[in-house]
Amino acid sequence: MGDVAENLSLTDARLAEMSLPTGGWSEAARSDALSRVRQMDLPERRDEYWKYTRPDTLTQPGAVPAALFNNDEAPIFGEMDRLNIVFVDGVFDAEASDDLSLEGIRIDRLAEASADIHWARDLYGALEAKGQDPVQRPLAALNTAFATDGVLIHVTGKPSKPINLTYHHRSETSDAILHHVIKLDAGAEVTVLENGPAAARFNKCMEVDVAHDATFHHVRAQGRDHERRAATHIFARLGTESVFKSFTLTANGVLTRNECVIELTGDDAVAHVAGACVGDGDFHHDDTVFITHDAVGCESRQVFKKVLRNGATGVFQGKILVKKDAQKTDGYQISQSLLLDEDSQFLAKPELEIYADDVACSHGSTSGAIDEDALFYLRSRGVPEGPATDLLTLAFLAEAVEEIENEDLREEINARLSAWLERHRS
Amino acid sequence: MLSIKNLHVKLEEEDKQILKGVDLEIEAGKVHAIMGPNGSGKSTLSYVLSGKDGYEVTDGEALLEGEDILEMEPEERAAAGLFLAFQYPVEIPGVGNMTFLRTAVNAQRKARGEEEVSAADFLKLIRARAKELKIDAEMLKRPVNVGFSGGEKKRNEILQMAMLEPKMCILDETDSGLDVDAMKLVAEGVNALRSEGRGFLVITHYQRLLDHIKPDVVHIMADGRIVKSGGPELALEVENNGYSDILAEVA
Repeated sequence: MGDVAENLSLTDARLAEMSLPTGGWSEAARSDALSRVRQMDLPERRDEYWKYTRPDTLTQPGAVPAALFNNDEAPIFGEMDRLNIVFVDGVFDAEASDDLSLEGIRIDRLAEASADIHWARDLYGALEAKGQDPVQRPLAALNTAFATDGVLIHVTGKPSKPINLTYHHRSETSDAILHHVIKLDAGAEVTVLENGPAAARFNKCMEVDVAHDATFHHVRAQGRDHERRAATHIFARLGTESVFKSFTLTANGVLTRNECVIELTGDDAVAHVAGACVGDGDFHHDDTVFITHDAVGCESRQVFKKVLRNGATGVFQGKILVKKDAQKTDGYQISQSLLLDEDSQFLAKPELEIYADDVACSHGSTSGAIDEDALFYLRSRGVPEGPATDLLTLAFLAEAVEEIENEDLREEINARLSAWLERHRS
Repeated sequence: MLSIKNLHVKLEEEDKQILKGVDLEIEAGKVHAIMGPNGSGKSTLSYVLSGKDGYEVTDGEALLEGEDILEMEPEERAAAGLFLAFQYPVEIPGVGNMTFLRTAVNAQRKARGEEEVSAADFLKLIRARAKELKIDAEMLKRPVNVGFSGGEKKRNEILQMAMLEPKMCILDETDSGLDVDAMKLVAEGVNALRSEGRGFLVITHYQRLLDHIKPDVVHIMADGRIVKSGGPELALEVENNGYSDILAEVA
C-alpha cells in the first residue's frame, strides 16, 4: 500500500504543475491520454522497461537545469534544400521558420490547427494509445495530454524537399513537450529531418501513419548539449507495401531515451530503424524498440551501434513480436557497442516473441573493444593511432549509418561523427 | 639502407628471448632473403622492425637510413619509408580498400610535410597500379581484405607497397598460401618495384619464391641469429638438403 501511495504522489506531483489544454478538436484525445497517465502512473525504476535507465529526472516536476552548449559547428542539414520549421525551447519561431506551404503536403501547427483538420483528430493520440499495449509508455501518454505544440503533416504527394524540424535550446530550465502527427496517403513519400537539443528537458512524441505504397524517411540528429535530457517516442503504423526508415544520431546528452514502436499491419511492408550514438563521460543513451509483425511478408530491421568511453552507458531494449498469421516475416535485429575503455558499459535486452511458424528472425548483441590487429595494420601503413582509431570506429558505426538511403544525408551524418571522434580522442 | 646490429628481442609478456643478436646490413637496390626453420625468429624480426606491440628490445639497434626506428611509433616508421607486407593481411570490415589506401598515402605525405594527393590523381594512379596486379575495380571498393582469397590478399599487400613507394620493403612469407600462378603474379609485382633506391628483405620458408624474386644475398636464420649468409646458391642448398646440414655445419 505504501508503494501505491508513493507512486500516486509521483504522478500527482508532476500533474499538479501542468494544465491540460482545453477546447478544440484535440480535447477529447488529451483527456483520454490523461486518464491513461493516471491509470499507468509515471515510470519508476522498478518497472520492467526502466531497469537500466533512471526515469526520475524525466518524471519529476520541472526540468533539471541544463547549461547551454556553445556549439561551434554549422547547423546540421543547414546546407540542404529543405522546409525548415523552428522551435525554440519548444515554442514555435515563426520568423526563423520557412513558409509552411509546399506542394504535395499540408502542414499545420498543433497549437493553431482548427477543427477542420479531421484527419488529425482521428489520429492524434490514437497510435500512442495503441502502443501502450503490451508495454506501457506513460511518458508518451503524458505527452499526448499536455503537448503545447507540434506539427500536423498530411502528405498527399511527393513534396520536392524534406521537412526539417529544428529544435533550439536557449533557456537553461526549459521543459518542452511537442507532439507531431504525420499522415502519408497511399503512394505518398516524404523525408522528415529533426535536429537540435530542443530544451533542458524534451518530451517528444511523433505518430506516423503510413498508408499503402507510401514511403517515410526520417533522419534526426539529437543536439550535442551535454546536460540536456530527452524522452522521445515514435509510434508508426505501416500499410501494405509501405516503407518506414528512421535513423537517429546521438552525440552527447546526459540522458536520452528513444522509444520506437512500429506496427506492420499491411502485407509486404518494410520497417528499418537504426541508431548511431557516441558518448563520452556523463552520457546515458537508451534505445527501446518494439516492432510488431501483424501481416504477411513484412521485413523489419533494427540496427543500433553505440560508441562509449569514459564511463558512458548505452542501453538497448529491442523486441520483435511476430503474430500468429504474420508468415514469411523477415526480422533482423543487431545491437552492438564499442567500448573504448573499461569504465563504460552496454546493457542489452534483445527479445523475440514468435507465434508464426514460417519466419526468419535473427538477432545479435555484442560488446567489444577496438581490434588491435586492425589498428596495427593501419598504423603500419602510416595512419597515426588517432585517425586509425576513428576510421575503425566509423567502420563499426557504418552498418547503422548505411541505413540512411539518401547519400547526402549519410555523408552529413558521417561528417558529424568524424568531427566528434576527432574532438574526443584520448 | 637498413642496418640491424646485435638485435636482442624478448616477448613482453613472458621471459622468452626470441632474437639473440641479429646483425644485418641491407643496401639500397639489393634484395636480401632470410630463410630458416619454423620458430627461428624470422617473423618476429619483421614485427619488431615494423613496431608491433608485445616485444621488448633488450639490446641492439635498427637504423633506417641512419635513423633509429625502434624508438618510433609504427606510423612514423611507415612515413620514414618502412613497409611490411604481412604474412596474414588483416581484414577490416567497414573500411573500403580505396579509402584505406588514400588515407594511408596522404597520412604519410602529411607526416613528411608533402602535399596530399588529390582524389582524381589518386584514382588515376591506383587504377594503373591495380591493373598491373590484376586487381579489379570491385576489389578496390570492397572492405579491406574482407572476403579476399589468399592470393587476393597478397596482391593487395603488393598494391599497397606500390602505392606507398617505401624505401625498405619487408615481405613476411608472402608466398605462403599461394599457388604457383598467384606467386608469379606477386613476384612480378615485387620485381616491378625493384629499384636503385629501394631495399628488400624477403622472408620465406621455401626457395621457390626466390626463383621469381632473385635475391642478391641469402641469410639463414636459426634460433634467433643469422647463422650463415651467402649468394642465391645458398637457397638452392636449403631446397636440396634442408636446414639440418647447414645447421650442423655452423653448430
